[in-house]
Amino acid sequence: MNQLINKSTTMPRKALHLALGLCMTGLFACNGGGNKGEPSADSTKTAQSSAVDSTIKLPSGFTAATIAEDLGKARHIVVAPNGVIFVKLGNSKNGKNGIVRLQDTNGDGKPDQTTSFGDYGGTGIAIKNGYLYASSDEDVYRYKLDSNFNVTNPDNPEKIISGLLNRHEHESKSIALDNDGNIYVNIGAYSNACQLEDRKKGSPAQKPCKILDSAGGIWQFKADKPDQTYGTGVHYATGLRNVVGLDWNTATNSLFVMQHGRDQLHDLFPDMYDTKQSAELPAECMYELHKGSNCGWPYIYYDQVQHKKIQAPEYGGDGKKEGGKDAQDPVVAFPGHMAPNGLLFYTGNQFPDKYKNGAFVAFHGSWNRAPEPQKGFFVAFVPFNNGKPSGDWEVFADNFSGSPENTAAAKADHRPCGLAQGPDGSLYVTDDTKGYVWKISYKK
Amino acid sequence: MYCTRIFYGASAIALALVFMSQTGKSSIARGKDVYSQQCVACHQADGMGVEDTNPSLVKTKYVLGDKAALVRIILKGMQGVTIDDERYRNVMAPHVDLTDQQIADVLTYVRNSFGNKASVVTAAEVKAIRARTK
Repeated sequence: MNQLINKSTTMPRKALHLALGLCMTGLFACNGGGNKGEPSADSTKTAQSSAVDSTIKLPSGFTAATIAEDLGKARHIVVAPNGVIFVKLGNSKNGKNGIVRLQDTNGDGKPDQTTSFGDYGGTGIAIKNGYLYASSDEDVYRYKLDSNFNVTNPDNPEKIISGLLNRHEHESKSIALDNDGNIYVNIGAYSNACQLEDRKKGSPAQKPCKILDSAGGIWQFKADKPDQTYGTGVHYATGLRNVVGLDWNTATNSLFVMQHGRDQLHDLFPDMYDTKQSAELPAECMYELHKGSNCGWPYIYYDQVQHKKIQAPEYGGDGKKEGGKDAQDPVVAFPGHMAPNGLLFYTGNQFPDKYKNGAFVAFHGSWNRAPEPQKGFFVAFVPFNNGKPSGDWEVFADNFSGSPENTAAAKADHRPCGLAQGPDGSLYVTDDTKGYVWKISYKK
Repeated sequence: MYCTRIFYGASAIALALVFMSQTGKSSIARGKDVYSQQCVACHQADGMGVEDTNPSLVKTKYVLGDKAALVRIILKGMQGVTIDDERYRNVMAPHVDLTDQQIADVLTYVRNSFGNKASVVTAAEVKAIRARTK
């Protein structure tokens, strides 16, 4: 199904067309926003600089070009309408490079101008209504953007949300914005299964699970209001162990999230689950959320083999007993532990029709399938029609780990994390192991 | 005659077991069993752990260094540790239910596997450290 693509001339030509197209529209500054931006004088060098990465396996017609390397822990990514890229880094070295801004000023398809700012690590990044939003593991900030998508206040962002819980487990605060002035923030549960002692065999569950009061869900805040915290936010959805990938779906006008399912069914309950079951279960679930949504963690998990919500063993389950009558079903259920870190609904026109309004999911890759082989390290695709999946999920971009052996041993060269769509409909993928950014393009 | 042969054979095995336990070899074999039950899910079969999440056990000062500190990690658990400039975030639960012998065996296994080479840990040492650990 997937095949190796190696057309080294595709990308630069496409990039040139894009650059020309942007100039002709007159909407965007071609001189890189007042920065030094002479057209490339050396086209040979240009052709080599945005080389196709043939290790990434894609369906026929697609190519992946490496456009950045060694950025650090490249978490989520956003691409502005003029092609400027912002990447949120997981940690801020030297106290000033938590966010990287990449710009291609000479139109060769590969960024040649890199600036950085932000004295905090984190995961979330988004652009909305002239502002760049970014999150640390406790707070959400926003920066004013000028018409060229330069940040005007890199050292003095407006802190719009603060004091969110960070207990160093599931602490990343991913963000998404709707079109009605709201921002949604994940606050992950600082726990695997809400036991009194986290991950300790035999430790009983909290009944009820108090963690859900302040974490294990999605909170909604105003996108333009400073100094918000729990008291001023809306507890939008609950029963979500940890969400890293999330996106506002403009086709359904609703929030979709990817949950990281629980770990260690076999470690904690060896009499109920063998290592093979523990590797596959529970599902990594996609949910569509509305205000008041409950996805069931920690009381239930979703079993993608039985297609049922199963009572968690900590709460009286035995691997078969159903539970969660008040919990909603997932929209899509993937195999366990693959760690979905990025979600993007594709609205572009560049890719073939089947991709329109469908979901891309970046799977960071598993560790909790040992001693079974590990799995993931790819970008999956789910086709959607009328707001619902219209077919099975499939692997879209594969082999980020470098080889099947690397995947099996969780020794990946790269781990997909963030996804973004460019103005020309290209798909961007980040890697938080070596700090790569790929631009995936399609040509008939 | 036949019985005598069995007797000699059994004696030889018994002697070998004593010898192995003195040199730490049978402890390593038992420790591997404990490792595959209690540790492999996070630290992986090759002891390399998982980037950002579960620490590596390969040639780190925690594994090769002070035995008492290592025993206390098993007894008390651990979270949020920086090893060789790499931060690991996952929670390691306390494994206080393991016996002194199991802890000694698994640590002896870990300290002499994955390219590690360090002295054995005995049940008596674990017992003494456990008594001092609150």
